Amino acid sequence: MTFSPELEARFEKFLAKYPADRKRSAMIPMLIYAQDEVGACTDELVNEIARRVGVTPLEVSEVLTYYSMLHRKPQGKYHVQICTNISCLLVGGAELWEQASHKLGIGHKQVTADGRISLEEVECIGACSWAPAVQVNYDFYHDVTADQLDKLISGLAAGKAPEEITAVKKVNE
Amino acid sequence: MLYNQPNPLEVRILSRRFGLPNSHTIETYLATDGYKALEKAMGMTQDEIINEVKASGLRGRGGAGFPTGMKWSFVPRQSPKPKYIMVNADESEPGTCKDRLLIEYDPHQMIEGILIAGLAVGAEQGYIYIRGEYRYLIDIVDRAIDEACARGFLGDNVMGRGKKFHLATHSGAGAYECGEESALLESFEGKRGVPRIRPPFPAVAGAYQSPTVLNNVETFCSVPPIILQGGAYFAGLGTPKNGGTRFFCLSGHINKPGVYELPMGFNLMRMINEVGGGMRNGKKLKAVIPGGSSCPVLKADECDLAMDFDTLAKANSMLGSGGVVVMDEDTCMVKAALRIMRFYAHESCGWCIPCREGTTWLRKLLTRFHEGQGTRSDIILIGDLARNMLGRTFCPLGDAAALPTISIVEKFTDEFEAHLNGEPCPYDKTSRLVTA
Repeated sequence: MTFSPELEARFEKFLAKYPADRKRSAMIPMLIYAQDEVGACTDELVNEIARRVGVTPLEVSEVLTYYSMLHRKPQGKYHVQICTNISCLLVGGAELWEQASHKLGIGHKQVTADGRISLEEVECIGACSWAPAVQVNYDFYHDVTADQLDKLISGLAAGKAPEEITAVKKVNE
Repeated sequence: MLYNQPNPLEVRILSRRFGLPNSHTIETYLATDGYKALEKAMGMTQDEIINEVKASGLRGRGGAGFPTGMKWSFVPRQSPKPKYIMVNADESEPGTCKDRLLIEYDPHQMIEGILIAGLAVGAEQGYIYIRGEYRYLIDIVDRAIDEACARGFLGDNVMGRGKKFHLATHSGAGAYECGEESALLESFEGKRGVPRIRPPFPAVAGAYQSPTVLNNVETFCSVPPIILQGGAYFAGLGTPKNGGTRFFCLSGHINKPGVYELPMGFNLMRMINEVGGGMRNGKKLKAVIPGGSSCPVLKADECDLAMDFDTLAKANSMLGSGGVVVMDEDTCMVKAALRIMRFYAHESCGWCIPCREGTTWLRKLLTRFHEGQGTRSDIILIGDLARNMLGRTFCPLGDAAALPTISIVEKFTDEFEAHLNGEPCPYDKTSRLVTA
């Protein structure tokens, strides 16, 4: 299986971080970065990571099913994650979730027919003091209003990138 | 960009660089006493460093509040195996969002704290386990590590003094349980994040079964100020046996939610009213979760207390991870209990039966109750089920799920009773909980 030169360089760095006889430590970081490039933890990817860290594909599968961010099937190009945990719930997180689900016509962990957007109701993402919070892929959106969420989702659905949607801005640089 | 405005009541020790231009860079760090504590620690013995940390009264900021200096002293001096420093940056306790800021605005402060911990116990390698959702922070820390290597603070010859210390980030992939120290170590080794039975504790058998110091981000960040200004100074900022300042994450129904650095022992009502700007829309206070969702809730009339580990323990709650969740009079406590339990049922790793089954059944019972299908005997059953989880699991997740549930069902029995007889929720007519 071939990866981009950037990912190969990253893998090399990852494998060098741990003692030579502890390559297995690199498994989860390798899976999550590879998944970003490949789109999902496919059988081919599982076999490849297993080979590189020196364990069986079954051992990789056993691990990846534990972690909520690792997935066997592709998500949308933009994975919209809405937190409804306690701090977000108190200030409208559940309503945002319902709004997004209704607007896109998809539910938890589902993908739109064109593959652009997937939706997930997530547990606490660490933005409690700036709730309600949303993550699109790895970017954070704080203090999200219904209107902002509407524009964000409409924009993404219409083919825009998040940076082109001016109504709402990610907070991380 | 700061996510919320600072408050004049704050005592900014760990957050002193927040808001400075390029506060995350080594240039800003060095211009503001950066790596001076490391320099000082280089001239101290291992015992001197540990004693200074003991004198500071610093207690673990992840939630358990174990004295940090004592934890470090448990690491055996002579070990045939290499020793490790492990940073828990898997911040996932609902209500908690402070480590994000410490890493984002001042990663070098954390790195310096890790280096000093390495000197204290004789470790030459550290790892920072960062939750997968915090990808942008991994990039920030990686850049900071590169900067520190380029300036000789990390590497084979730290500050030219002949000591080695290497540091690397490690990405998680989504699992609350991995914030529990032994599950974190399993996950770090490339396995499912299932807790280990203890003893042995990580200080003796941690990463790769080697002696390991494992602390929260904020704990490590507290170390440079302690070394630089002295343990006694840090201790004096807080209350007896509760040294220093603490990051409090205010969220919920208040006017100015935000993360604020306040002296340990700061009064909770003052925190809500003077720091948090008071209740939103002039509503009355109903309840507060004082330290993240694992902590028993406090009723409004129990909130006039000092926010330190011992006072909260005396009030039958916990200071936990500093996540202060404020709920007003319109909040449905059954719904709050349900949302919290849904979280624990989702995050239970399934290793121990009392936790796996207990959280699942409690989620079902609370769901039924909130939908108006509960019975009077369910109120007793919810409390019984939760109490039977206490102390019967490998790790604290079982207790973390049970404790808030017990407190809510005991302190707000009337609200459970108000949900009986198939009536719709009397507190919460507008929104329904989704059941994804």
